[in-house]
Amino acid sequence: MKNLILVSLLSLLSLAAVSQNSEKNTNLPSVNIKTLDGQTFNTQDITNDGKPVIISFWALWCKPCKKELDAFNENYEDWVDETGVKVFAISIDDSRSTAKVLPFVSGKDWEFEVLLDPNGDFKRALNVNMIPHTFLLDGDGKIVYQHTSYYEGGEFELYELVKKVANGETLGK
Amino acid sequence: MKRFKFIFLLLFLLTFGIKTVNSQISDLINRSEVHGSFEIDGQYYQADNALGITDSLLGGRKLGLNGFGNITYTLGKFSAGMRYEAYLTPIAGFDPALEGNGFPYLWAAYNDDNFSVTVGNFYEQFGSGFVLRTYEEWALGYDNSLNGVRVTYEPVKGLLFKAVYGTQRYFWDKFEKNDLGIVRGVDAEMNFNDLFKAMSNSKFRFVLGGSMVSKFQVDENPIYKLPENVASFAGRANIGYGKFNLSTEYAYKINDPSAINNYIYKEGQAFIASASYSTKGLGIFAQFKRIDNFSFRSDRDVTANALDISYLPPITESHTYALTSMYPYATQPNGEIGFQFQVNYKVPKKSKLGGKYGMGIEINYSQINDIVRNKVNDTTAINQKGTLGYTSDFLKFGDQIFWRDLHITINKKFSRKVKGIFQYMYQTYDIATIEGHPGEPEVNSHIAVADVTYKFTSTKSLRMEVQGLWTKEDMGDWAAVLLEYTISPHWFFSITDQYNYGNSVVADQTHYFSAAFGYTYKTTRFQFTYGRQREGIVCVGGVCRQVPAASGLSFAISTNF
Repeated sequence: MKNLILVSLLSLLSLAAVSQNSEKNTNLPSVNIKTLDGQTFNTQDITNDGKPVIISFWALWCKPCKKELDAFNENYEDWVDETGVKVFAISIDDSRSTAKVLPFVSGKDWEFEVLLDPNGDFKRALNVNMIPHTFLLDGDGKIVYQHTSYYEGGEFELYELVKKVANGETLGK
Repeated sequence: MKRFKFIFLLLFLLTFGIKTVNSQISDLINRSEVHGSFEIDGQYYQADNALGITDSLLGGRKLGLNGFGNITYTLGKFSAGMRYEAYLTPIAGFDPALEGNGFPYLWAAYNDDNFSVTVGNFYEQFGSGFVLRTYEEWALGYDNSLNGVRVTYEPVKGLLFKAVYGTQRYFWDKFEKNDLGIVRGVDAEMNFNDLFKAMSNSKFRFVLGGSMVSKFQVDENPIYKLPENVASFAGRANIGYGKFNLSTEYAYKINDPSAINNYIYKEGQAFIASASYSTKGLGIFAQFKRIDNFSFRSDRDVTANALDISYLPPITESHTYALTSMYPYATQPNGEIGFQFQVNYKVPKKSKLGGKYGMGIEINYSQINDIVRNKVNDTTAINQKGTLGYTSDFLKFGDQIFWRDLHITINKKFSRKVKGIFQYMYQTYDIATIEGHPGEPEVNSHIAVADVTYKFTSTKSLRMEVQGLWTKEDMGDWAAVLLEYTISPHWFFSITDQYNYGNSVVADQTHYFSAAFGYTYKTTRFQFTYGRQREGIVCVGGVCRQVPAASGLSFAISTNF
């Protein structure tokens, strides 16, 4: 019986060793969500020609989310010039207000892409508990960093990471 | 003993075999991904006489704990997941039926390029959700997931079919024969711009969809002969032309006597239409909705917040400030008719009004009335049990106003250090209907909010909210103040007081004082709050959530990976 346990443990350990050795990267799941005018959009199409991508989950009822996106928008031109980063803002508003997102975004004059996840499919696939929740993807489309909640000035910390990723640096664990 | 030898041999072979299949296994592991999330929300209750919470009322239940853990495994086209939930005991304000623990969400799925199948529990929505929406809202303790099978198929790009069947989650109850209903549904969606080459670059965008959902539940009613199969149908369209967008859905349901509609044999209808015009810096939005006898549930006898097949979205703004969200609207499934208008405008930078940074303006008006109900004949009272109920004119507004809300919000950055949000609202709220307390007055209130943020440095800020609600009805006038200090990206500290100074009962002129702090590291977050909390949506420290009334210490821990 002891041998049995030993052998099982060894097998598990070797499996663990293999998984430790490999560089684990996280891919974006493939989920069908919607564009603001009701067209289907697959999340695998969130790409940016080898440059970094920011994905930010938000909703009309979430004030800190809107503040974060306003802050992104204020700096967006400079960010794009310097690093080529692209922002995708994913609204998790349900059918109560999905139709309101497009006129709201126009009224805000946000310059980045906004998409709709009305039944939280993408949110669930990425295990997002609370919003705002922001992901940073490297040039290969792998998730290299994520963060929840937004406080005033949080965009600068994120942008430091964007610059590192744009330069091909790996982020410390 | 023979069996042990066999197992031993097998493991022996496996261990040595690993070397040879190492590359395959490592490939398998490399392509596998495991992700998950956890959250624990807790509340330690104190007796608080001013809130009517006494020791005997609390009994032994001084600690409420809601927690979940979610794990997802992905290997190429295959994925599987599970969620464990525990409500031991549920936090006050959550349905007591949630008390318990287990795995209410278990699933496996295979996703090919144009085909997918899911078995187990799943969430699905057809169109705007009129005939089918299963979803989960942790903050509300709501989950109506289907347990069954879902198949989706996309034969060509632009044409998508979905089919589902199963039974819905009802707290912790296991489905038994002749117990709850069985739900079956199909949905098809055509995207003309994808389907037809000639339209692929057109300014005109057109998406058409249709669904059918039916519910089977046995009829064991001793008095009435009830339909065992209830079918519902819906059609929807999304039309865009340049800057204009129109989306609409109509749904019809055959007669479905239920506890919610007082067992009338009337058919149900639901209609929504939303139109918008959007251009750089300007968005204009209008919406119309009508609901007529459209409660659609897996169990016709259930009145609790559970087992909904249909989702009937309220078309009013979801307010988030403490006092603006004090009286929130909820859709009346038995009948309502209403509309909403909104304008969003950004006053340009460097204009006289806009100043250096520009200024955002939002104006919104929404109103919901009762529908008109006429007698079906001279001898039958309106909505009489076991009859056809009533007749109703499609476009007529009833006299009774359930809800009215006019608000204007201004968003302005004054300098690099100071910015603010200012809101004024006039609101009418029919407590009797919305909260189901007949005889209560209609509440008419004026609400004003100033929300100003001052930045000390690029990471340290102080935010102050001052709010007032003035009304002659219900609990009278309220004032609220909040101070929040944040150090990005990790810390927040806040204190808040809500004061019901205008309550006509002097003993009820309560202060709701509380203090909170929180710490966030990447996706891990801790938050502690001590004090009193009024029921409602609360947004502090970077996130929003629904909280029940309480007094004591509450905390939340959440993470994901």
